[in-house]
Amino acid sequence: MIHAALLLASTRPTWPDILVFAASAAVILVGSVGVVTSRNPVHAALSLVMTLFGVAVLFIEQEADFLAAVQIIVYAGAIVVLFLFVIMFLGVDRDEDIVIEPLAGQRPLAVVLSVITLAGVLAMAATAHWVTGAHQVVGPIQGHVAGPGSPSGEPAQLGKQLFTTYLFAFEATAALLVIAVVGAVVLARRPPTVHADPEDSDQSELPA
Amino acid sequence: MSLSGAWYLGLSAIVFTIGAIGLLVRRNVLIMFMCIELMLNAANLTFVTFARMLGDIGGQAVVFFVLVVAAAEVVVGLGIVVTNFRRRATTVADDLDALKG
Repeated sequence: MIHAALLLASTRPTWPDILVFAASAAVILVGSVGVVTSRNPVHAALSLVMTLFGVAVLFIEQEADFLAAVQIIVYAGAIVVLFLFVIMFLGVDRDEDIVIEPLAGQRPLAVVLSVITLAGVLAMAATAHWVTGAHQVVGPIQGHVAGPGSPSGEPAQLGKQLFTTYLFAFEATAALLVIAVVGAVVLARRPPTVHADPEDSDQSELPA
Repeated sequence: MSLSGAWYLGLSAIVFTIGAIGLLVRRNVLIMFMCIELMLNAANLTFVTFARMLGDIGGQAVVFFVLVVAAAEVVVGLGIVVTNFRRRATTVADDLDALKG
């Protein structure tokens, strides 16, 4: 019974599905490599948008339509814009020298360790039995089986679960967002009197 | 029917690795943040893939919460970056060595 769902997922994919996956995988990989290798932070942010868009396409491909919309609106529309705003606000939108390696041997070591981790994850994924407990814990995904006139499909299911099973977590995220907003305001506020710190007297203070 | 979940899981593992490499290698705090976003997105893709493989909506609900936490994290993190930039005029992590012994 547990393996039935896994077998269901391994039915023959159609050509459009393969093409969509290949195109989005290429977009995601190019974008994520661009984030890491861009000299200019603005280019890195735009590569991040590319990656987020590819992930949103894969969400749609896996019947998570609502999350794809949220991904575009929240990530590409809000978070990356916030990144770009801070980059422009601080005026750090110029090329930096990434050829110099401040810590000798750090980059090869980082790549080697990360590739070892990747190999471990892939080996685990190839050999593991994914489900150890109950098959469905929360509820089924019932996409595209809507009767006319009744709210159904994947967003309705997700909303129902968010306001029943995950209600406490949902309210906790509300509190988290309020705390984050208050924290950001406190962080961004300039203190009324700037104490002359002898340690920082040589640092140039920016005009307000 | 979409491709089997193994393809999606492999892709998200690769993206996670690229994000980890970037976090370890880059010195600019803003780009390190973007690499964290990459890793969070790889995890999100894994959650959605498992939600489809197991037919359980719970995976998608977790992705929703990850999005909220990522938004809060970016807001606070960028606030710290701006505050730090006012004192030090840099976004390079190596220059933030005031606690060096």
